[in-house]
Amino acid sequence: MKLDRTAYLTLALSLGVPVALALLNQTTEVGSALHIPTYVVALAGKYLCYAMLALAVDLVWGFAGILSLGHAAFFALGGYAMGMYLMRQIGTRGVYGNAELPDFMVFLGWHELPWYWQGSQWFPFAVAMALIVPGVLAMGFGWLAFRSRVTGVYLSIITQALTYALLLAFFRNDMGFGGNNGMTDFKDILGLNVQADSTRSALMVISALCLCVQYLVARFVVQSRFGKVLIAVRNTESRTRFLGYRPEAYKLVVWTLSAVMAGIGGALYVPQVGIINPSEFAPANSIEAVIWVAVGGRGTLSGAILGAVAVNFGKTWFTGMLPDYWLYALGALFIFVTLFLPKGIMGLFAKRAAKPVAVLEVAE
Amino acid sequence: MTETQTLPGDTLLYLGGVTVSFDGFRALNALSLVLEKGEMRAVIGPNGAGKTTMMDVITGKTRPDTGKVMFGVNTDLTQLDEPAIAALGIGRKFQKPTVFEPHTVWDNILLALAGDRKPRFSLWAKETAEERTRIESVLETVRMKDQRHRLGGDLSHGQKQWLEIGMLLAQEPQLLLVDEPVAGMTDAETEQTAELLREINKTRSVVVVEHDMAFVRALDVKVTVLHEGSVLSEGSIDNVSADPRVVEVYLGR
Repeated sequence: MKLDRTAYLTLALSLGVPVALALLNQTTEVGSALHIPTYVVALAGKYLCYAMLALAVDLVWGFAGILSLGHAAFFALGGYAMGMYLMRQIGTRGVYGNAELPDFMVFLGWHELPWYWQGSQWFPFAVAMALIVPGVLAMGFGWLAFRSRVTGVYLSIITQALTYALLLAFFRNDMGFGGNNGMTDFKDILGLNVQADSTRSALMVISALCLCVQYLVARFVVQSRFGKVLIAVRNTESRTRFLGYRPEAYKLVVWTLSAVMAGIGGALYVPQVGIINPSEFAPANSIEAVIWVAVGGRGTLSGAILGAVAVNFGKTWFTGMLPDYWLYALGALFIFVTLFLPKGIMGLFAKRAAKPVAVLEVAE
Repeated sequence: MTETQTLPGDTLLYLGGVTVSFDGFRALNALSLVLEKGEMRAVIGPNGAGKTTMMDVITGKTRPDTGKVMFGVNTDLTQLDEPAIAALGIGRKFQKPTVFEPHTVWDNILLALAGDRKPRFSLWAKETAEERTRIESVLETVRMKDQRHRLGGDLSHGQKQWLEIGMLLAQEPQLLLVDEPVAGMTDAETEQTAELLREINKTRSVVVVEHDMAFVRALDVKVTVLHEGSVLSEGSIDNVSADPRVVEVYLGR
């Protein structure tokens, strides 16, 4: 795999900044000029998880031309898998003090764990589920959709329907995932207090590491011959078919990989924000992820990370100042980028780069 | 020709009584056509005669309502989809030149090279010396050696047509289906294309769909005239030009 300057810079920043924040949080005293408060660490950790979601979206949208408007569903499923583990760690410290059942189950009058909660108390099992559940759902969905040659806006609409259906399903108390309230009040992860500064710093650095690994995997995929076929499919799907390629197979592989990447992001997100509820499935979340990618630069990978961090930083800042107007600002940003920066922020640097990862046509 | 007739062993492509309807419109109407191994055939006909639909049927894009489509003696093409038919050795050039615009000329040919098409192969595939030699030789044939680093999207119309023909060659098909290869080409380019197709025909069978009569004459091969979805006339260009039915179709009633 070839790494250019953009790639080194992306890796250095994605890892270097979080490590620096964590060190400044852990090694300096509160009140010192160099001290980084814990809420900044928590925010940075959240942004890094969003960056993984953005990377996942860019992989399918930027390189395979699949505009997913439901990618947050995979992120949320990964989050739920981790949330289940965290719920089981609460044990007798819950309101009802039930060692076996999470509070919401006691409240519903349940007497035993449903079968799909079995094993969730083991961390490795929870991690495996955070990968497998989004992956298997994506594989089933993709197999049906790509085999039937559903493309373009129709595919976007059914991805949106997918996340909406999950939103409605997870709202139901009977599903056994905490219904409307979801899961919260987490205490421990691997025996460590999730609220502790040191745990937060560690989770953020782990998120940064995962993001870097995902970035390298995504780069390997798009630079391989597989990636060239993907770009060919995005550009002229029928041509690839008459050359003997099966675009549905290529799409299925990258779609499933992308869902797993999003799931990892979600699994790291939940312990850092301390809650997972059905609103994570809201269609608006998936659309926001697409906007991050568009702002950063579609089909560039680095741009997805940049876009996710920049837009969410903007969101934090903006919602602090004018909380009611954030959605207008986001809409305006999207229109501005579409009209004036069709290649996103990365497009501004593209002329200086020796060779872009992929060339995108403006009209697309 | 009837469907029960046994096919001679040197038949490469056989269409028997192929009918395709779209919403009641018969794009192909009991079309029958036999192509021998090594043959080059020109297919002409006015707009709507069914030329492109015929290509669609052969390449698996459209499934016929009735009729037989056989490749070689015992492969039924109506049961296969596009990638499977491509893998059998049928390459297709579209009417509108269709190359991978974001890729270089080199990568366009690389992706077209005959070989494993599975994701699990392409994920780990490294460009081999053997592949490089094959790409070089294709570039040589289509006279694009000095264009290798240019992007498909930056090529002129004529260059895209050649690149697409080059991609077809890289596929190493037994049969090439070429839809209007000289549309929009200059006279010099047209002449070079005719030369290129004759060169290709030395080792492969070719079906050329074309409007340009001068080009068809330059190819100097057997001509099939389509009209309203069936064969109107077949023979040398001089014979079909002299056929009163052909004259009527082309010049109007």
